[in-house]
Amino acid sequence: MTSELLSLTAAQAAERTRAGDLDPRELWDLYRERAGADDLGAYLWLPDDAPEMDASGPLGGVPLAVKDLFCVEDVPSTSGSRILEGYRPPYTATSVRKLVDAGAPMLGKTNMDEFAMGSSNENSGYGPVKNPWDESRVPGGSSGGSAAAVAAGLAPWAIGTDTGGSIRQPAALCGIVGLKPTYGAVSRYGMIAFASSLDQCGPLTRDVTDAALLFGQMTGRDPCDSTSLDYPADPRLPSAERLDGLRFGVPKELLDTEGIEPGVRAVFDTTVKRIEELGATVEEIALPHSGHGLAAYYVLAPAEASANLARYDGVRFGIRAEAPDLLSMYEETRAQGFGDEVKRRIMLGTYALSSGYYDAYYGQAQKVRTKIADDFRAAFERVDLIVTPTSPTTAFPLGARTGDPLAMYLSDVLAVPMSLAGIPAISIPGGLADGLPVGVQLAGPAFSEFEICDAAYALERAIGFGDLPWK
Amino acid sequence: MGRTLFCGAVIDREQVNHVARLARLRLTDEQAEQMAAELSKVLDHIEKMGELDLADVAPTSHVVELENVLREDEARPSWPRDRMLAEAPDADAEGFRVPSPGS
Repeated sequence: MTSELLSLTAAQAAERTRAGDLDPRELWDLYRERAGADDLGAYLWLPDDAPEMDASGPLGGVPLAVKDLFCVEDVPSTSGSRILEGYRPPYTATSVRKLVDAGAPMLGKTNMDEFAMGSSNENSGYGPVKNPWDESRVPGGSSGGSAAAVAAGLAPWAIGTDTGGSIRQPAALCGIVGLKPTYGAVSRYGMIAFASSLDQCGPLTRDVTDAALLFGQMTGRDPCDSTSLDYPADPRLPSAERLDGLRFGVPKELLDTEGIEPGVRAVFDTTVKRIEELGATVEEIALPHSGHGLAAYYVLAPAEASANLARYDGVRFGIRAEAPDLLSMYEETRAQGFGDEVKRRIMLGTYALSSGYYDAYYGQAQKVRTKIADDFRAAFERVDLIVTPTSPTTAFPLGARTGDPLAMYLSDVLAVPMSLAGIPAISIPGGLADGLPVGVQLAGPAFSEFEICDAAYALERAIGFGDLPWK
Repeated sequence: MGRTLFCGAVIDREQVNHVARLARLRLTDEQAEQMAAELSKVLDHIEKMGELDLADVAPTSHVVELENVLREDEARPSWPRDRMLAEAPDADAEGFRVPSPGS
């Protein structure tokens, strides 16, 4: 019975609970027990008591793992940082509240790179997460705990956040589905801020249907986030079996990126053939400025982070280092509370915004961002969707890149351009390379999430990737 | 416009210490040394942006069509003071307590 329950996708489980064929409490107990026995480091906090179970909502009482970046009232919420140790927010993030209200009780808080800065989950202040496919390897990041939990069957589904690939890259490295929505589609209220013009939350799930189901309950304008928008379409589940009439574009500049592993390339090429077999056309397109995306991102995101993280000063929340005067207290608290990568980004951002460098760095990066968005707009005149590998490599060994920040940043080179343009993109498993999952990314114009899910669903069926490490 | 703006982008230890002071971070000598090397490598990559001539391009301010979002100016209850103060490392009944700003 247990393994039969475990093999259900979240949407299948919700269908059963809503029909009265499955007690949601049974699901809760199964996943709570598995989460409690987590030996991957995927979870940072689990509740002692089961919540009120209600299967009547659209999400059917199917429990949800939540990245520790989301504030949840009276629940430890640290964004993976020691500086927020002990912080229990007085309020709950809008996206979490909406999902709980729609019938997905919170199963636990998942591990992550500190303040979402990282691509391997090795920057967590609370220890790394192991990849369930190979425990000597990273799960990707920054939503590594959420991705590993879903891949290992420690959660039916999860939410994470994506600033420059932090949902899509760990989904790819863990062999699951991850959807980064259009900027503004989901409220950011209650997300502990990293880079406010880029941060978006979205689902990490076993399949595309689960992603569409969860996403459909997250959207909408929120008075508490003035950048959020009314979503222009009604939620729906994907059903496409063919891709007839769709035009796919393969961006030459991104595929020419140095460092795409041959195994990743092979899975990608096979996926492109499958897209054609399903009736779509595939053509090469140009995104001429996308090659500068990573450079622009590593100015803009650290610049915004350096401002957002100024609030951690030992006064209002989190930890404080004892010091004789106020300035030393600020400096000591931040020196002790932040990890190396967070310090690096704060330094980079402060430098880029400092007098004399602003135009050359921040100003230039904002212009590159305009050109990248223009490139995508022009491309979507010719094609409906853009397809790339999600990450240049499969999951790399723990420790392999910690000594080389730039090598780590290059993990997100294929994911960052979409973030800068604010457009939605999904990563789905395309196959295995040397026994490790390879992600394929589909991106579309703003607010095309359900069209992306339709295409991803047809492709998912054709690929037939049913593997999960515990199966 | 172009590469000239990026001259001297590689950052030395003195600049690192200056930026650390601006960011209210205390770095040890060893950390400052390592930071200078790591940031220089990243800045070297970022510097490639300078190759693009973007003099006539408008900088992005927002990625979706949205500007001047306003709301009614209505009074609403604020968060209870005691709940907010409960998260502070040091507070009394009325406010946050901090060490003296000193001399």
